[in-house]
Amino acid sequence: MMLANFLQRAIMQGIPLLYGSTGEIITEKSGNLNLGIPGIMYVGGISGVIGAFFYEQHAASLNPVLAVMIPLFCSILGSLLMGLIYSFLTVTLRANQNVTGLALTTFGVGVGNFFGGSLAKLAGSDIPSINLTQTSGFFRKQLFAAGDSGWFGQIFLSHSFLAYASIVISLVTAYVLSHTRIGLQLRAVGENPATADAAGINVGKYKYFATCIGSVTAGLGGLYYVMDYANGVWSNDGFGDRGWLAIALVIFAVWRPNFSILGSILFGGLYIVHMYIRNLDVSGQELFKMLPYVVTILFLIVISMRRKREAQPPAHLGQSYFREER
Amino acid sequence: MAAEPKQKGQIKEPLFHITKRDSIAWQKAWLIRIGAILFALVFSGIVSFLLTKENPLSIYATMLDGAFGTERRVWNLMQSLAMLLCVSVAVTPAFKMRFWNIGAEGQVLAGGLATAACMILFGNKLPSPLLLLVMLIVSIAAGAVWAVIPAFFRAHWQTNETLFTLMMNYIAIQLVSFFVYKWSVPKGSGQVGIINRATHAGWLPTLGKYEYLLNILIVLLVTVTMFVYLKYSKHGYEITVVGESENTARYIGIPVKKVIIRTMLISGAVCGIAGFLLVSGTDHTISRDTAGGRSFTAIMVSWLAKFNPIFMVLTSFLLAFLDKGASQVSTQLGLNKSFSDIITGIIIFFIIGCEFFIQYKVQFREKEAKAS
Amino acid sequence: MEANTANYAEPAAADRSVPAIHLEHITKRFGAVTANDDVSLTVYHGEILSILGENGSGKTTLMNMISGIYYPDHGKIFVDGEEVVIRSPKDAFRYKIGMIHQHFKLVDIFTATENIVLGLKEEGRFSLKRAAGRVRKICNRYGFDLDPNKKIYEMSVSEKQTVEIIKVLYRGADILILDEPTAVLTPQEAQKLFAVLRRMRDAGKAIIIITHKLHEVLSLSDQVTVLCKGRYAGTVNTAETNESQLTEMMVGRKVTLNIDRSEPKNPTDRLIVKGITCKNREGAELLHNVSFTARSGEILGIAGIAGSGQRELLEAIAGLQHVDGQILYLNPSTNQSDDLRDKTPEQIRELGVRLSFVPEDRLGMGLVGNMDIVDNIMLRSYKKGRSIFLERKAPKSLAEKIIRDLEVVTPSTATPVRRLSGGNVQKVLVGREIAAAPTVLMAAYPVRGLDINASFTIYNLLNRQKESGAAVIFVGEDLDVLIELCDRIMVISSGRISGIVDARTATKEQIGLMMTQNTAEGGESHGSRA
Repeated sequence: MMLANFLQRAIMQGIPLLYGSTGEIITEKSGNLNLGIPGIMYVGGISGVIGAFFYEQHAASLNPVLAVMIPLFCSILGSLLMGLIYSFLTVTLRANQNVTGLALTTFGVGVGNFFGGSLAKLAGSDIPSINLTQTSGFFRKQLFAAGDSGWFGQIFLSHSFLAYASIVISLVTAYVLSHTRIGLQLRAVGENPATADAAGINVGKYKYFATCIGSVTAGLGGLYYVMDYANGVWSNDGFGDRGWLAIALVIFAVWRPNFSILGSILFGGLYIVHMYIRNLDVSGQELFKMLPYVVTILFLIVISMRRKREAQPPAHLGQSYFREER
Repeated sequence: MAAEPKQKGQIKEPLFHITKRDSIAWQKAWLIRIGAILFALVFSGIVSFLLTKENPLSIYATMLDGAFGTERRVWNLMQSLAMLLCVSVAVTPAFKMRFWNIGAEGQVLAGGLATAACMILFGNKLPSPLLLLVMLIVSIAAGAVWAVIPAFFRAHWQTNETLFTLMMNYIAIQLVSFFVYKWSVPKGSGQVGIINRATHAGWLPTLGKYEYLLNILIVLLVTVTMFVYLKYSKHGYEITVVGESENTARYIGIPVKKVIIRTMLISGAVCGIAGFLLVSGTDHTISRDTAGGRSFTAIMVSWLAKFNPIFMVLTSFLLAFLDKGASQVSTQLGLNKSFSDIITGIIIFFIIGCEFFIQYKVQFREKEAKAS
Repeated sequence: MEANTANYAEPAAADRSVPAIHLEHITKRFGAVTANDDVSLTVYHGEILSILGENGSGKTTLMNMISGIYYPDHGKIFVDGEEVVIRSPKDAFRYKIGMIHQHFKLVDIFTATENIVLGLKEEGRFSLKRAAGRVRKICNRYGFDLDPNKKIYEMSVSEKQTVEIIKVLYRGADILILDEPTAVLTPQEAQKLFAVLRRMRDAGKAIIIITHKLHEVLSLSDQVTVLCKGRYAGTVNTAETNESQLTEMMVGRKVTLNIDRSEPKNPTDRLIVKGITCKNREGAELLHNVSFTARSGEILGIAGIAGSGQRELLEAIAGLQHVDGQILYLNPSTNQSDDLRDKTPEQIRELGVRLSFVPEDRLGMGLVGNMDIVDNIMLRSYKKGRSIFLERKAPKSLAEKIIRDLEVVTPSTATPVRRLSGGNVQKVLVGREIAAAPTVLMAAYPVRGLDINASFTIYNLLNRQKESGAAVIFVGEDLDVLIELCDRIMVISSGRISGIVDARTATKEQIGLMMTQNTAEGGESHGSRA
């Protein structure tokens, strides 16, 4: 069944985007425009790879739980550090968010490719390339037995735990943002930090936490990509421009994580649709790959023309807050 | 990180207090910046040591060698400095206007694509000087168009330019990919290869034996022109006023929308020139990596130089040097070339961070100096 | 100063023999400026106290000390009879004091309820529904008209104010301070607000309202404390006072400033404003049918409470504000008249109109703080000539001339104006505006925040412009200055002209009364047209 196959692949393509965009939404809701997300996703991926690599190297036989937990923990730690760098520079030192974010992306992609290319050599092993098929096997384990049966199983039940986790995380995020006190206060920080400050909310703390949690979430997208999608094979620049696509998805989802679930599948579908169109030559495929970006731009134009308030970016997005300004 | 005053006890004074500086002597500001760079170099030395277990001093020596070791390397350094400088200069007028043009990657590619198209289509049909002129004009136009689209929407509907220009990058990249496959030699290889390898039609001529000299001279000319434009022209003055205060601009009768669009047109046009130089003067081919992420580095170069094109010569030198130096380190130790991105990132973090100490004053707990 | 609590219908729970708030000898200085000098006041539960005073008389500063934004240099604060220390808004809340500021602190895309509960740590599960229920209860109790689920950006100013008041009540405030609550309201909305305030008073709340509108004081409050230039001018029972007594207390004794004033030399009509009307985005009228004539060789003063439409009026003339009506400029060199309405500043300049404008917001509009003096001087003239390059020589020598003539204190012409003191900033701005030899010169609050010497420099400059034949329009707040500087004074009240008086014969009381009336139609009801 071609359609089922297409949808299944679209979802798999969409999961890293979903992680990335959910992370970026959490971050942007605090007023931080983190353009370092692409770099963070690289770091999230490579940190997991490093953890798994050393575990595979040193353990005689792999314990399924540890084989998953070690890379997961490493990935979280790596992206957390990236989030801390961003927060420290933009919140504490009030550096320009765009410049900091871009530097973080340069750095993060550099870290990913550097360790991806040199890890084996640094560790003094003679493996030509990193191939974590065993670890990947644990990550790819289907959660439901019915995964292979019928179109329904193929589309919805054939995925691994990280895929379902991404959906749970974005649903939880959506709930927290709109239905809890913390969500309300976080949104206030991103909209109008001076008002939030006057209401007794610790603006800096919220920005730190949101950015770090956002980074960790986005980093999991990198981990999913390398462990699930790429079968545990790290290839440099393999992750490509998915980080930027995740940022585009934030706009498309009008800053709502529950919308980005469908949005990510749509973007994932747009990303691979060229493979399913018959008689399309390679150059035509490249044109199709531009679709998600075109759609995002059109969307951006429409929301700015309509000026619907709920669809706008957080009002204070991109600006640092200093209480004594003016 | 205890900078935010604590919310708990109401009378408890925060450990230190941050105020915005009125002014700072420029010597002191530069001292802080140079200090930050030195710190960053030491820190990167430590990181390199941890990664490679090499003597940090020998790493620095390798970096110097990579950048200046041979005449060839010096020329390469100058060339990559020039290209980075060109893009940095291009994004500057927009930034001065507080317009976050992070779409230089796309604008450069649009220019490069136009150049390549001219080389392929007219390569053997036009006389060389005319061909070069056509290429230059078309690539300037292409870069400008790519930049004016987001500017138009920003001027009229306040469409977020950061996100818009970012998306435009990837449309340009895919457009380039599309044409690369269309033009690929041999068919289907996904690579254009060197264009007009035999005839050198549309290649920027080499001056004497110096391959990149003309590139470098053109970039210098662009840089000086931009410096003069921003500092001494009426347009440059309008850009500054719009960037500082749109309210004042309106009060004085400056047409803000027109200035936004015109400035982005210039920004994009210079990106187009950069694309032209990359394709016609450097690579003689086109691929989705032609811009090579330079435009993101360029944003940092421009910002670090406080949007002054002359200072950008220094900041782009710093980043080009780090790039070449760190690549040498990675080649010598058989490591991945992305090593240089890590070092670049670290240095930029330090420089960004140090701006805080230039803009703000940190006072440790003192007697309450001012009311309110 | 015992309140006549016996008049109130319903006894409230709070003890009414002990003052809710009592201030004793409060003094607050900001640098060299004394904002409050030995001020005392008392308010009881179940009572509305007005604090009356002109702009800059220290009312808001005084209230900010009760609500924890400032801390007094001297003096004591008592709440319910006990001396307290209030160092932050949180402390103020602990004493059940809530202040409603003039500038609302609301998140635009949140609903009323979301704004009201923001920052609160209530017990139990977070539920907006329950909070909305509580908001509704408060609304019903005091007669507020508010939909708890409406977004702030969809609200009128009056609704936003209601949200601010409920925010304070929701937190359990018993003592409410309202800073100029009617400044932004229509008369009808103000009446509604007053009804609510009376109901709150009857429920035992202590209410302080800051105002400078006499009729509000008289119709609403039980007691009035009057401040005059930071000093305590007395407290009176509202029932036992009248407008003229309050005006006298508020404006203080007449101060002679000795500003030179020459007789206008053959004044001719220069700018004729005919029936201009201006609405804000919500459709409220900021200017209503304003007509007047400014003449060459004289200074036309505009008196009025801040925010009565002065800014819109000047910006309409300067080409920055859309209005209906006509703004005719009579060109002295061509004897033609041009309508300046809805022209851009550039178009006005192209018509050959030499219009100069010293706006109220000096660093946000008139000047660019981060540019140096020369570049700021150039703002008006940079376009001159056909060259694409700037000509900095003439502006530089002009800058030097302004620095010399007006005694601007600055290290050099290359100093960013942001680093100059307020007086010097204003000298640069005024110097630039008069350098163009204007035929019309408008100045909005040009001496605000300036010391005596700098103020006199500005007065002299305006006088010299008048003598050289410019039509000068001066928006001021100090009535003594207006009376001594101007030839005629136009009084504006809530966007309407309440009259134009001859400055040589007008009194402060007369102008003060005209400033606060809000019923007059047209421009001829008070005084004579000079």
